[in-house]
Amino acid sequence: MSERLGCTPSQTVGPFLHIALPWPDGPFVVPEGTPGSFWITGQLFDGNGDPVIDGLIEIWQADPDGRFDHPDDPRGATKPAIPGFRGFGRSDTDAEGRFRILTVKPGATPTTDGADEAPHIDISVFARGLLDRVVTRLYFPDETAANDADPVLASIDDARLRSTLIASPSDDGGLRFDIHLQGAHETAFFEL
Amino acid sequence: MTNLVLPSYPKVVGVHPNLDWPAYGGTKFRHPLHAPIDLPQRLTEVTGPLLGEGRLGEFDNDLTRQHDGEPQGQRIIVHGRVLDEGGKPLPATLIEIWQANAGGRYRHVVDNWPSPLDPNFTGLGRTLTDDQGRYRFTTIKPGAYPWHNNDNAWRPAHIHFSLFGRAFTQRLVTQMYFPDDPLFFQDPIFNSVTDERARQRLISRYDHSATTDHWALGFEFDIVLRGPSSTPFESHEDDDE
Repeated sequence: MSERLGCTPSQTVGPFLHIALPWPDGPFVVPEGTPGSFWITGQLFDGNGDPVIDGLIEIWQADPDGRFDHPDDPRGATKPAIPGFRGFGRSDTDAEGRFRILTVKPGATPTTDGADEAPHIDISVFARGLLDRVVTRLYFPDETAANDADPVLASIDDARLRSTLIASPSDDGGLRFDIHLQGAHETAFFEL
Repeated sequence: MTNLVLPSYPKVVGVHPNLDWPAYGGTKFRHPLHAPIDLPQRLTEVTGPLLGEGRLGEFDNDLTRQHDGEPQGQRIIVHGRVLDEGGKPLPATLIEIWQANAGGRYRHVVDNWPSPLDPNFTGLGRTLTDDQGRYRFTTIKPGAYPWHNNDNAWRPAHIHFSLFGRAFTQRLVTQMYFPDDPLFFQDPIFNSVTDERARQRLISRYDHSATTDHWALGFEFDIVLRGPSSTPFESHEDDDE
């Protein structure tokens, strides 16, 4: 086996990410007006319960059929049925730590051992004071049976931590998903 | 039933900073206290956004030509390759950069230390790597700047880099530094990378072959993203549904 190169280390995104990383279409995983689309809204908090105003939230997800338009999906890269579906969204946080992303619900995805994963969205969080990203997942509150059978959720023994991954219905018909970097309400984070 | 064979990205050990890093005060209330939970790499993790040409404007890779006039400062060329740990180039991957101006000031509302803004410099760029994983920016050398972490604290000159690679596992945000910066010794962000060899990989190399006579100094900065394991990847094309 040939020698592998050393990875470039992570560094914090710093306090000035707002000048570069927000895109006008960043929050739109799907175009506005897409049937079935909804807003994921939330706030990013630190261990004091203060909003994190210099953060960036990114999401990545399957399309509603559980497919990815990507060559490493071994079922074959599939063009999504929804015009303009990107699978990716990003939102910086505002002066109250709020973020919002417009998307559609992903389908369940198969695993290598034959089980299905419940519909889920992978999330990266970047911020000043985070020397590397942290990764979490969003699951859907109306998928109780699928969530109960989900291998990743099942791997989390701590019921409180597990519950941080289930979004709540929000007043606008979308989902609410707050992220707490630290403390009593700390979100479950993953090592990839 | 489709037989799923997925690439696997081995964990990167001893390279990235510890999130709990007291010397950098900003980490105090922002690092999770629970140990992270192991997430098996499945379809969502081994795929990722492949964002293309549509994201780029004409002068996005030349930060000196985004205004009517030229910015103040030392014109530089920053170039290099984006590779994975196996040495394989990553073509057509989006790179985003942002930086302070020559005086060390960012065009951002919360940066208000007494160094002037430059009307001819915004400080952000984007590009896609070519088919060999190469990228190239023209910009000016950013200045060092003070921050409130501790008494008389100065950030060494740096350019922020954001990269996607081709999988969620490969996403990286980092900072590129310049050779022989006298401020390295006192910077807790640079020194949060505790492995000496890994830390050196954050520093660009002066590259005389990229230096252009009577125009710009060249710096080379290769970026290595987490790579798939070298075990042969079986595509199982005939297993397709």
